[in-house]
This record gives sequence, structure tokens and C-alpha cells, in this order.
Amino acid sequence: MMDAMFPAAASEHAGRIDNMIDAVHYLMLALFIVWGVFFVYVLMRFRASRNPKADYVGVKSKMSTYGEVAVAIAEGILLLGFSIPMWAERVDEVPPDSESTVVRVVAQQFAWNVWYPGADGEFGAQDLSLIDEATNPIGLDRDSEAGADDIWTVNQLHLPVDKAAIIHLSSKDVIHSFNLPNMRIKQDTIPGISIPVWFVPTKTTAQIREETGNPDYVYEIACAQLCGNSHYSMRGFLTVHTEEEFQAWLDEEASYLTGSDDDFFDF
Amino acid sequence: MAEPVHASPAHDEHHHEQSFWRKYIFSTDHKVIGVQYSVTGLAFLFFGFVLMMLMRWNLAYPNEPIPLIGSLLGDNRAPGGIMLPDFYNELGAMHGTIMVFLGVVPLAVGGFGNFVMPLQLGAPDMAFPRINMISYWCLFMGGVTMFASFFLPNGAAGNGWTSYSPLADIALNGQTAWLIGMIFLITSSLLGAINFITTAIQLRAPGMTWMRLPFFCWAQIVTAFLLLLAFPPLEAAGVLQLMDRVANTSFFIPEGLVVGGEVLDRSGGGSPLLWQHLFWFLAHPEVYVLILPAMGIVAEVIANNSRKPLWGYRSMVYSLIFLGFMSFIVWAHHMFITGMGSVMSTFFQTTTMIISIPSVIILSALFISLWGGSIRYNTPMLFALGFLPMFGIGGLTGLPLGLSAADIPLHDTYYVIGHFHYVVAPGTLFALFAGVYYWFPKVTGRKMNEFLGKLHFWPSLVFMNGVFFPMMIQGLNGVSRRLADGGISYDFAGEVAGLNRMMSVSAWCLALAQIPFIINFFMSIRNGEKAGRNPWNSTTVEWLAPSPAPHGNFDQPIEVVRGPYEYSVPGSDKDYVPQAEPAST
Repeated sequence: MMDAMFPAAASEHAGRIDNMIDAVHYLMLALFIVWGVFFVYVLMRFRASRNPKADYVGVKSKMSTYGEVAVAIAEGILLLGFSIPMWAERVDEVPPDSESTVVRVVAQQFAWNVWYPGADGEFGAQDLSLIDEATNPIGLDRDSEAGADDIWTVNQLHLPVDKAAIIHLSSKDVIHSFNLPNMRIKQDTIPGISIPVWFVPTKTTAQIREETGNPDYVYEIACAQLCGNSHYSMRGFLTVHTEEEFQAWLDEEASYLTGSDDDFFDF
Repeated sequence: MAEPVHASPAHDEHHHEQSFWRKYIFSTDHKVIGVQYSVTGLAFLFFGFVLMMLMRWNLAYPNEPIPLIGSLLGDNRAPGGIMLPDFYNELGAMHGTIMVFLGVVPLAVGGFGNFVMPLQLGAPDMAFPRINMISYWCLFMGGVTMFASFFLPNGAAGNGWTSYSPLADIALNGQTAWLIGMIFLITSSLLGAINFITTAIQLRAPGMTWMRLPFFCWAQIVTAFLLLLAFPPLEAAGVLQLMDRVANTSFFIPEGLVVGGEVLDRSGGGSPLLWQHLFWFLAHPEVYVLILPAMGIVAEVIANNSRKPLWGYRSMVYSLIFLGFMSFIVWAHHMFITGMGSVMSTFFQTTTMIISIPSVIILSALFISLWGGSIRYNTPMLFALGFLPMFGIGGLTGLPLGLSAADIPLHDTYYVIGHFHYVVAPGTLFALFAGVYYWFPKVTGRKMNEFLGKLHFWPSLVFMNGVFFPMMIQGLNGVSRRLADGGISYDFAGEVAGLNRMMSVSAWCLALAQIPFIINFFMSIRNGEKAGRNPWNSTTVEWLAPSPAPHGNFDQPIEVVRGPYEYSVPGSDKDYVPQAEPAST
């Protein structure tokens, strides 16, 4: 019913969330129409000029009780059949790291720092004293055991299609909220806590451009929690590649680590 | 239950003439205090509305100079008349704070509760008249603090009305003033709540048993319990956040924050989520503080103007009490996306679905009460009837937000803004307008003008929907709330940014629609049609007192002999039988 309004869906679970929102709105619409029809009828039928003497007792039937029980049952179905299992899938059924793309995103005023573990699959150590907003916003210790090959970018998240992505979210300063509208993913980033979210992107950026007929279509990362004066423009980008393109992108990023420093910031 | 006290006849004759200050400023008369609260509340509702109209300019025409008044706002707020995002955030935070804590609560609870409840109970005054006075002046101090904070060098608080830590702990704006203001406002509500509960328990007229209480009084009692039990955690949290700001503590600040490239010089070890729990532990019951008195007013007006008893009065009362209780265990549905596990989310979404049932029962009972009535379409009734479908939309749109999975794409979007504004703007505010039109004769002895009242209602109904319905569409498109430029920075939000103009124009037209009310309000004080004691032919006890009621309220002993809504009783010669009228033989 409302698919036209949602941002184009591009993750495995997006369709189910959309269906659920649809289902809830059907319930809402049904209740509103029942109430509305009753209301309009009553307002006309029982206006003082047509019905000068009110009835002390009014409605005698128990219809409303049945209505309330029906609402309770519908809500129970939404809870047990949809919301609770879907939430459990989101937070409890995180796929193993070995089958997923694991990324860290460190939010800050007003950017998304994206951090890949590099070829070794392990994240390097973090040291607050190394933080430099221009050259090392995440405080990555390149000399730590796994740190040499780590890759970081600002506001550019790249993922392969059809493979689970696990993103560990944290924040350097205040609470932000990591919102991927197309993926139906939203999770607050809370300083002091690392929170994982996961999803499976199902359409590459090239595919969604074709589908929407918009050659400039981008998956956006939006901040959903007020985080200061530039909250409104804390915009990042997600690019979904085929597996081969993604590897090529990673290799290119990795090549900057060994290449000349000049290229290092050309994302 | 304590023995109700007897209202003494000719009570006010024993009072000597009071000075102007004692009578109108530092009064202990619940009616004067009620009027003080109401006028303060209405003034702040207007002020909060003005803040919103400024915001709506920037949402509709981002980065364009504000016409007429833009140059008056100062270079630190709007250089060249173009609003800075910092100022937008101030307006947003203060709009929310002022509308909730200084607009609706003072009017709905402090105003109507103070003025009407003792009269409906048949009481001579509130149980603690001096505490009542102190409660008002605490509110006044809080209001002055909030208002004055706009003139601080770094402006007013701009961290959302929710003031999430650690942003609110480290912000350079007027957050400290906000916290001090909140401490005054909370203290005021706590004092008021104690007074309301004691009054309702101790000062009911003889014969006013619990099941003869008007629904409005029940709503005020449950509201008072919510305020009394939910506000202390926020008062404590407010003091802790204040300490974080002024004494470098770290109650809500975790270790290792890096702000603007510098490591924050704090010990850390605090929890940002603790603030959210303490805040929402108040702020969810607070939602019911905003809505229950409104339901109470609507119930009174609907019973009176449908000329029949409320349908299902008892189930309404029980639903109300259940609603009050449940409102304490749903708070974390505001926090689904803070990283909540499945056990917690199951608990809170289940309680959230459960709390919708008593709301449905009350709303259904109000709808069904109309069946068989003889409906008079006067201004209070129009606003009360307008409340029903508008609150209905507000309540229904809460459903997808209360289910954690459906909440993921909708959380913190305009869908949320649309949802709660339907509850409190065309919902609660319509009910409050109904109350103003309905009880105005009791306060002033004169009725408000019906034509101007209708000229107020119909455009308000249209433009309220013009402001809030498009928010649902924006929200379904995923547009985040609190974006200073209305979303044009994002492609997905930009697609529906055009709706911002429609909403803003509706908001400004809504302001124009309030002009008949303002004229009517002031004009009717002196020139309205004279009302007499009971202009609406109502059954409840407040209408037995003279209009305006004297100090001490009643000039006759009050003894309640029947239920509150004995309209159109079969066999009775008139279509209403007042609660305290002796049974005819």
C-alpha cells in the first residue's frame, strides 16, 4: 500500500519490515474507517434538531467489547507473528564473522569514520592520543599488531552485495544515529559502547540506479539523532558493489597504504 | 476513606477585604491561582507557537532571510536574517519544552485542575492553599528562567527537549539555564500533585463517592499520581546533568570522549543511556499528563452537549487507572534503537500494545456516548468532537512506532513528530479550547461569542491537519526530525521537502485562525452574554456556584445525591438533574 513512499528497499529484511508497516497501517485504516463511519452517522442522526430528546441508556449492545477484543488480538498477532521474531533476528541472529563483511563505523561531529580491518581480518589497536582530525580521526595505531593494513575512510562505506555486513557502531563524542534508509537499518551510535548491526544488501548501487532510472541514485547514510549544529548535513554514502568490484576497491585502498602519501586522501 | 468535610454556607462573609496583592497576585484562592496558571499557560502556548513559526520558515525556505523580523533576531542567531542551525536547534528544543512544560501542563493541570476540580468536588478550596500559591510561583520562576535563557550570550538550550547526554553535558548553549528552569517546573508540579491528591481524597462534598466523581476529576487524580511518581527521577537526573555541566562530574559522560579533536578532560565512567532512562521514565507518563486532563474535559463537554450520561463511565474510570499504571512501564519504547536486546524490546513493546487497549476503550466509550444523544453543536462541543478523530489519528499512528521492528525505519523521523503532534495539538489543544469555552462563564460570569468560536474552530481543524498530516508522508519517506534545513541535504529527504512549504503555510494560517479566539477571549470578559450559574444546563457541582464563584465557592451547602451525568432521566421534567439537587418526591 505504501511502498511508493518508502525509500527503495535494498536489503534482505527490508521487504518484511515494509510488509509489517503496511499491515499495521491496514489495521489503523480499518479502525479509523469504522470509527469514522460511526462518528459521521451519529453526528447527523442524533443532532438536536432531529433527535430533540436524548435516550438515557444509549447503546445496549456489546459490540464495542468485541471490537476491543479484536484490536487486542490483532495487536497480539503483530507482536508475536511479526515484531518480536523480526527483532530477535536483528539482534540475536548475527551471522558469524567468517561469513560476513565486518566493518567498524566511528561517528563523530559531523562525519562517519569507516574502518576496515584490512587483509588480515583483524582490527588494529586504537589510542586516543593518536587522534588527529586531519590524518587519523579514529586514533588507529599503525604500529599495533593488526593495525598496519587497516583501511579507513570518511563518509564512504563500501560493501559487497548478497553477503552479510556486520557494522560495529560507536561514537567519539555525542550520540548519533546511523540510518541507512534503503536498508531499513537505524541504530544509535553511543559513546562508550560498541553496538553491532547487520544486514544483507541485495542490490548493488548500479542495480538500484537502473531500477530507479536515476543514474545519480546513491545509498545515503543519514544521522537520525540530534548531534549538534551540523546534524542536518551529517551525510555519508554507501556503495554496494559486486564481490569482485568490492575486492578491487579494497585493493585500491590498500595500495595507498604502501604507495606515496600524496594519494592517501584521494577517496 | 476520610469523612468528607462540609462546605459551610455563607463561608465568604467571614473574610475581610483583601489587598490587591493578596487577592490577585499572591492569592491562595484556587480559582485565582487557576486563572493565573491558565493565563500563563496560554501566553506560553502562544510564545511556543511563535518559535515554531520561525522554525517553519527555515524548513520551507532554508537559507533564505526571514522576512520582516529576520533582521531583529541579531547576528548571533540569524545574520542577515538567515537562521543559523544553532538557532534552529534552540527554537526546536525550546518549542518542545515550552509547549509541554509551560503551555499544556500549566493550562490542563494547573489551570483547569485548580479552577474546576475543587468546584466539581463541592470543596471550598484546595487542601493546601499556600502550597498551591507556591506551586504557581515556582512555575512562574521556571517560565522566567526559560524565557530569559534566550538572551544568554550563547542562546537558549538547543539539544532537543529530550536533552540527551552527552551532547547536553558539553553543549555551550543555555542548557544550564534549561536545567535550572526545569528544576523550578518540576518542583511546581510535585507541589501541585500533592495538593490535588489530598484535595480529592479529603475535600469531597458529602455524598460525593468515588463513583459519583465527574470523569474530569478522575483524570486529574490519575494525572496527579503520574506527576508525583514520575517527576522525581527527572528532577534527580536534572540535578545530575547540572553537576556534569557546572561541577565537572561524569554521571552521563563515558570515558574517552574526543570532542572536536581534543580528548575531553573528564574522568568519565558515566552512562549516556542512564539519562535516557531517567528522562523517559518521566516523559512517557508525561504524555499521559498531557492527554488525560484533555480526555476529562472532552468527557464533560460530550456528556453535557449530547444530553445523556457517559456510556460506560465505570469502564472509563477503570481504564483510566489502568492507563496511569501502565504508563510507568512503557518508557523504553522511546529507546528501541539504542541497542536494545530482544528480551527488553519484547517486554516494552508488549506493554506498549497493552496500554493501547484502555485508550481504545476510553475513546470508544466517548464515541458510543454520542449514540442516542440530542447533540448541541456549540463551540465547546465542536472542539470536543474535533478531539475524537484527531486523537484517534494520534493514537493509531503510535502503533507502528510501538512495535520495535516497524519502528526501525520510522524512529526519529517526521512520522514520530506527526504522531505526537496529532495527540497533543489537534488532540489535547482542541480539548483545552473546549474547556476554555465551556468553563469561561464560570470564571467570568459571561459566555464567549459563538460565531467567533466557530470561526476559530473550523479553520483550526483544517490547518492543524495541513500542518501535521504531511509529516506522516515525510516520515514514511524516512526524513529525520530536527534537520535545520528540512532535509534538502539528503536526496531521499529532498524528494518530499516540497511538503514543507505546505506545512509552513498551514502553520501560519493556523496562527491567523487563532485571532478570532484572542479577540473573543478579551472581548467576552466584559461584553459577553451574561451567563448565570448554569448556562449549559449541566449536572455537575461547579454549576451550582455563582458565576463567578466567590471566595469559598458555594453559597449553599452541597450534598451530592447522584451520579455526575444524570441527563435526560426518564420521567424527569427537565433534561438534566444536578448532582446535588435533592431528590424530588
